[in-house]
Amino acid sequence: MTRRWLPLLGPLLLLALWQLMISAHWVKPVLLPPPGDTLAHLVEVFTSGAILPDLAATLYRTLASFAIAVAIGVPLGVVLGSSEGAYRSVEFVIDFFRSTPSSALIPLFMLIFGITDINKIAIASFGAMLIVLFNSAYGVMNAKKTRVMAAQIMGVSRWHVFKDVLLMESLAQTFVGLRSAVSMALVIVIVAEMFIGSESGLGHRIIDAQQVFNVKDMYTAILVTGALGYGLNLVFLLAEKRLIHWSGKA
Amino acid sequence: MNAPHAVSVLSAAATGQPSHASVLSLPPAAQTHVTVRGLCKAFGGVPLYADFNLDLPRGRIVSIFGPNGCGKSTLMNMIAGLVPMDAGEILFDGKTLKQTKIGYVFQNYRDALFPWLSAWDNIAYPLRRGGMAAAAVQAKVDALVALFEIRFDLQRYPYELSGGQMQTVCIMRSLATEPEVLFLDEPFSALDFEMTLFIRAKLQEAHLATGTTMVIVSHDLEDAVFLADRILLLTRRPTRIAEIVPFDLPRPRQPEAVADAEFVRVKAHTLAVFRREMNT
Repeated sequence: MTRRWLPLLGPLLLLALWQLMISAHWVKPVLLPPPGDTLAHLVEVFTSGAILPDLAATLYRTLASFAIAVAIGVPLGVVLGSSEGAYRSVEFVIDFFRSTPSSALIPLFMLIFGITDINKIAIASFGAMLIVLFNSAYGVMNAKKTRVMAAQIMGVSRWHVFKDVLLMESLAQTFVGLRSAVSMALVIVIVAEMFIGSESGLGHRIIDAQQVFNVKDMYTAILVTGALGYGLNLVFLLAEKRLIHWSGKA
Repeated sequence: MNAPHAVSVLSAAATGQPSHASVLSLPPAAQTHVTVRGLCKAFGGVPLYADFNLDLPRGRIVSIFGPNGCGKSTLMNMIAGLVPMDAGEILFDGKTLKQTKIGYVFQNYRDALFPWLSAWDNIAYPLRRGGMAAAAVQAKVDALVALFEIRFDLQRYPYELSGGQMQTVCIMRSLATEPEVLFLDEPFSALDFEMTLFIRAKLQEAHLATGTTMVIVSHDLEDAVFLADRILLLTRRPTRIAEIVPFDLPRPRQPEAVADAEFVRVKAHTLAVFRREMNT
């Protein structure tokens, strides 16, 4: 009974620390509003609907980027992974761009796509796609040799070995990639909304509130962004548990 | 079943003739199912098999036993087509491997089953992929369930089963397609004693019911002798045949057969040959 409530302890401690910082005058109220005020503002922006267009814009950009990343990354990763030579030949390029912070490429993408919505989606899908591709490729490459041999011995065709065994084997690793990729897409979308002239989105709202010292709204937008990231991660975790039921067990 | 002349292995490794010559000149003995001729295999330039010849009798269980590193599994895997050979020819009733239906039971049952399919679908998988109609698949799996007297729920996923149950499912899946030859790579090494006794009994029943030629690699002398009609003893590398030991105790053999005088004699003799080969 008491164990069930343990996960609530952390957030409550954080709120208490937050309040303590204000009550003890460690931080100026102009930099940090009281938690009660912030949470009240959070409720208000949702009841009035003021934050919904920004939330919708960010969610749309994140999911659109993610969809593009999956549509390109999964098939490409599976194809590269099924031929180790092919993967090795492009491994350096993938690892290089995977290690490059995608935000460093924003100016480059601005040259190509201009200051548009497409730019934000393009840069986010690029960053997310590399993660999807890399994980799908490794999922296929790390397929259990015994399973592949078992299918080959049964005399099934090469296509069916690929479809029934290699592809299924890669799914667990692919889902790990999908989860990281959607988080990455959100990070890049938020950064892009802050720094690529934007009229909407949570990133835009955060930077706008900061410029006019509307700290209550800034913290609110940060909390909503965090909740969005957490929610997306949770959705993928639950989907993975349901769809890839054997993950980690076999 | 008890053809006295079925010991038909020809140890021609020492002839030193080019392999194509022996392919032509060594006809298989009567009752032979699988013929291995002029088999050569080297690892890193060190020969493991050189011009190796072997006949496997039809409808019998042959155990392969020998010192560590002599290539027991390699020999079986070359016959099963999992490991490429450097030279030589392996025929099943004169057919190539491609024209032959074989089954294989892996040591690591956990890695051999498809965890995204239920145990039932695992068994049915090779049948469905072979184009069998749904009703026939159902009938075939039902027959295997009856033969193996399965009492656990086959709708569960492999990772929900015990090790012994998983290996049973593996054996059922490998027998589903009615293979001509069934290969078993140390099928008991990851099982506890109780499950070993169970699977031994089931393998014997399946063998009596189907007459499938079986090849078993084992590192356990008792396992190797218990199931076998013939124990193929190998030497250290470069590997030759040390001896083929016949073991004709009638089937089905009960677990108590390990105390039978004939079993004890064959096991002692096998051990003596094994030790002799260890020390040469």
